Amino acid sequence: MSDRRAFLGKAAALGAVAVAPGLFLFEPARAKGVTSKVRWGMLVDTTRCAEGCDACVAACDKENGLSGRTGPDDSQWIRKVDLRSKATGRTLSLPVMCQHCAEPPCVDVCPTGASFKRADGIVLVDRHVCIGCRYCMMACPYKARSFVHRPLHDQKPDVPRGQGCVESCTLCVQRVDRGEQPACVEACSASGRKALFFGDLKDPSSAVSRRMREAGAKQIRADLQLDTGVRYQGI
Amino acid sequence: MRLLAALALLVSLALPAGVLAGVEKPVIVPAQGGKCIAPPEVMRREHPDMLKHQRTITVHEGVVNAKVSLEKCVACHASKATGSVAASPQDFCESCHAYAGVKLDCFECHASRPGETK
Repeated sequence: MSDRRAFLGKAAALGAVAVAPGLFLFEPARAKGVTSKVRWGMLVDTTRCAEGCDACVAACDKENGLSGRTGPDDSQWIRKVDLRSKATGRTLSLPVMCQHCAEPPCVDVCPTGASFKRADGIVLVDRHVCIGCRYCMMACPYKARSFVHRPLHDQKPDVPRGQGCVESCTLCVQRVDRGEQPACVEACSASGRKALFFGDLKDPSSAVSRRMREAGAKQIRADLQLDTGVRYQGI
Repeated sequence: MRLLAALALLVSLALPAGVLAGVEKPVIVPAQGGKCIAPPEVMRREHPDMLKHQRTITVHEGVVNAKVSLEKCVACHASKATGSVAASPQDFCESCHAYAGVKLDCFECHASRPGETK
């Protein structure tokens, strides 16, 4: 029995090791479905994020078939925000997207159950059930959600989207389920800045957990106690 | 006699030509792939339930690559002419749904053309 336990423990520890950026040893969701043994999250190192760089935004638009326009009627799943402190003149640039809260207000207010949190912590909209009431857009403190106002054409097979539904960052759920990283993380890494880290927050040995532990990471509006899955270093 | 003839004329005028000629049958283009997951008579009757059941499992539980999959339907049944299952009235999904008079709204959100396989 103890041997078996030890083996299981080792197997579990092995299972979550990140072999290399983008390559994980745990089994992607695929046929069995997602489990609450992992919680997907992201760390944004704002000290490496550069003003004027929008590689993450462009990658998101391309991956998810968004227009890239930024008008009031257009969908934006990730935005670059530039901040400047009036007191000290310190500037900061950071991407803001759905923070994938553990206690998501969008899920609390949804009257139909369309807004939901997957077992692995990814907050999604089930468009089959969404009636487009937009309560979730009002409830979200991060302005993360968009409403699709007009009919869409030529959507990506992996990313169905359509008129009359609310949508937001899915942490590239289609890629995560294949065992890949979100498009923004990959693009940030390819750009050489390496400001975005993705991984399992429940695994203390994952790169993202280690960085959070060592470098410290803050939540935006931590006072709301939403326990966000996206955290920021250097804010 | 005259009354009867008038009635017969009225009836023949009131009936649209389509009813007399019979409604056009849907065009069923043979699929490109191998065998379907169930026999045609089962698929015809039960594909809405299959898809509706599966969509919840896929979206909420993250089960992808299941036996029932709209993406796989599209991959096999997209027509050679348009590359889609719902772009023209002759395409697989569209022709049958028009015949049955059932609104087809899957493809308002889902891609009606196969993507690159992963």
